[in-house]
Amino acid sequence: MTRWVGASVPRKDGIAKATGQARYADDLVFPGMLHGRTVRSTIPRGRVRSVRLDFDLAGFTVVDHRDVPGRNVCDLIEQDQPFLVERDVRHMAEPILLLAHEDRERLLGANVEIEYDAEPPVFDPLKSDGVLKAIDIVKGDVDAAFAAADVIVEGTYRTGHQEHVYIEPNGVVAVPEEDGVVVYGSVQCPFYVIKALKSLLGAHRHIRVVQTETGGGFGGKEEYPSMIAGHAALLALKAGRPVKIVYDRVEDMVATTKRHPSIVRHRTGVTRDGRLVAMDVEVVLDGGAYVTLSPVVLSRGCIHGAGPYRCDHTRIRGRAMFTNTPPNGAFRGFGAPQTEFAVEVHMERIAEALGMDSVTLREINALVPGDTTATGQLMRDDCSARLVLDEAVRRTDFRRKRETCRGTNRAVGLALFYHGAGFTGSGERTLNSKARLDLTERGVRIAVGSTEIGQGTRTMHAQIVAEAMGIPYDVIEVAQPDTSVVADSGPTVASRTCMVVGKILEECALEMRARLGSMSPAEYFAKQGGFSVLKTYEPPDWIEWDEHAYRGDAYATFAWGCDVVELEIDRDTFEVRPIALTAVHEFGRPIHPALAQGQIEGGTAQGMGYALLEQVVMRNGVMANAQLTNYVIPTSLDTPDFDVVMLENPYPGGPFGAKGLGELPMDGPAPAVVNALRSLALDVREIPATPEHLAECASR
Amino acid sequence: MRFTLNGEAREATSAPMSRLLDVLREEFGLTGTKEGCGEGECGACTVLVDGDPVCSCLVPLVQVDGAAVQTIEGLGDDHPLQHTFMSEVGAQCGICTPGMIMAALSLGENPSLDDIKVALAGNLCRCTGYAAIYRAIMKVKSA
Repeated sequence: MTRWVGASVPRKDGIAKATGQARYADDLVFPGMLHGRTVRSTIPRGRVRSVRLDFDLAGFTVVDHRDVPGRNVCDLIEQDQPFLVERDVRHMAEPILLLAHEDRERLLGANVEIEYDAEPPVFDPLKSDGVLKAIDIVKGDVDAAFAAADVIVEGTYRTGHQEHVYIEPNGVVAVPEEDGVVVYGSVQCPFYVIKALKSLLGAHRHIRVVQTETGGGFGGKEEYPSMIAGHAALLALKAGRPVKIVYDRVEDMVATTKRHPSIVRHRTGVTRDGRLVAMDVEVVLDGGAYVTLSPVVLSRGCIHGAGPYRCDHTRIRGRAMFTNTPPNGAFRGFGAPQTEFAVEVHMERIAEALGMDSVTLREINALVPGDTTATGQLMRDDCSARLVLDEAVRRTDFRRKRETCRGTNRAVGLALFYHGAGFTGSGERTLNSKARLDLTERGVRIAVGSTEIGQGTRTMHAQIVAEAMGIPYDVIEVAQPDTSVVADSGPTVASRTCMVVGKILEECALEMRARLGSMSPAEYFAKQGGFSVLKTYEPPDWIEWDEHAYRGDAYATFAWGCDVVELEIDRDTFEVRPIALTAVHEFGRPIHPALAQGQIEGGTAQGMGYALLEQVVMRNGVMANAQLTNYVIPTSLDTPDFDVVMLENPYPGGPFGAKGLGELPMDGPAPAVVNALRSLALDVREIPATPEHLAECASR
Repeated sequence: MRFTLNGEAREATSAPMSRLLDVLREEFGLTGTKEGCGEGECGACTVLVDGDPVCSCLVPLVQVDGAAVQTIEGLGDDHPLQHTFMSEVGAQCGICTPGMIMAALSLGENPSLDDIKVALAGNLCRCTGYAAIYRAIMKVKSA
């Protein structure tokens, strides 16, 4: 029995958020502060011929690429994306010039004339010849295996861009300090910003990043904040005054990253009795104009591309392509929602082709312990595909419900999915994340760079430490992530903050507990003073991964889910109303059941938006509907009732058995919705399944 | 411009066409009211004007001349909704929370789930899928 782990204790940040006292980036004001603005390209591809400042320069700070003291590239996986255009423009809304002024009206009124030599842009990833990243996963002999198939089913599936719509737009304040600059901002990964700023400003400078309360991230504040932080820092250093840049919603939607659009082709050989014998999968992602994180998004997408199914002969070929659109980047799920959408709709079509119940097809092929994935990873006891499938089918009485819906405007659909937790392959070993606990006068302080972006990092980490130390939750304090204070626990991404960082904290806590002996933290502090325990993550020793061949243990563990959605369609307007959604998830063990339920409900709602509502309209390489008026995310009236089931299958490598959870809920809703629509005789293979698209499907 | 702000008579010196949102945040330092979209779609800037929830990004200062304005700060730190938003985890990232709570104040007693959904339809939350917010409101409003 555990006391703190497994209990829904009050959130560490609950009262500050419920009273409006929590301080977000835009709430910060510094003496002498200026407002910053980014002047952006208005063509998708070409060269800047001239820049003319057509306003009274009094009181303005102006920065262009010539003001960069270090390297004018955002240091991420590659060093290809400039902070400020030097000559070549590769996408609409690319930053060219920065302005700052203390008066916001004058700042917004400043007119800058830019002349270009335009070049023909490429918007279609299938017409692009710029391969950003290629990945090939090969298991067995696919071409030979097709000969053993009774039936071959082919199909192409498409997903569109998705905008994160964190309700707080991107924002930072840069404040000059002696020998350097401090950046306060809405960020997921403060140490990513440090890396980018060291390159931009010169390694000799003293740079500090402090995460302010962050109003949602979902991946949208993983890599992008390095760009806006760099801009604010350049302006602040030139002006010698604090500079705040907060995007309005339009700029945030137009200029920042989105989920990669995908085109996934499947060709599958199957026997009459429903066994998958050959899977050939081709994944194409639209990377946009710069590399950002696309190689790893493609990697995760490809690894999840065959779904949670057993097949001895599998080939997955992935390509991320350059286009002249704003770069796409991290978004909850990181490539897996795209490829799992494709495979789950394809499974439904295989069942249709065989005349077989699609649940039965999944039962036959779902991974069980002893099976291997497409990369050859052996499934262990923490594989729960059948557990979640069986429970979702039983709980919703799926087969009977599907029968009773037949001939009505109602339908049910199901999707089975999984999500690898932590960085891929040897990524966690390379990251070498650290966590620290400080013994203080009051109790214990957690000092990690992992950020609270709503998901409950502070609370869940404090529970783990309280439990492992055997001390009350209330005496655990969580330090604000300030890169000069906390340990670099790695980025807050990839469903790793609980499973990986929580595990290091558990080990720190056990060591601190041993040192305290029978004394409480306060007693020890009074007698002997404070001390700290710093530890480094040690991934499970059995992980083997070949980065070149893409073979081996892609993830230390997977979390598993099965969603069943019930919906209703209006046959005249093709409007779809989701009624109920049952989400059966297994992610080891919930540290905080109410927070975990919130992750599942929130992620599922985001997945429902992806499925039905959220359409990014691109016109001339830029988002044409960059407003919440016409880019619609689910409101209270669009969101179905949720029935959330959290099954437990403790994973020994995580703290108190926990796996990663944050991204899993994003993978299931879209295929579940489309599979329900398919049972209404709508041959849908693309999302978002808007009424316009469904009308088109109906008329085919 | 004179109006009542969280129960106190105040005078604002901002320009008459300033957004109420900016006046609250910048002239009065009440930063609990948030800006999410600036066009009245997300509801993060919801405040009560004479008891009715409005998006303060759409309201010019001149329009509240003589009115009573209430913001999240006016609730103090001991309102039942603040407690249940905590206990039911109705707040995740928290940026929509002040607006959600202000919108929920306009609900009568014993609302149905549909009443709550309609009352919150102008307040977007991207974290929770709304379910925990309903639970928080139900706990206070259902006798």
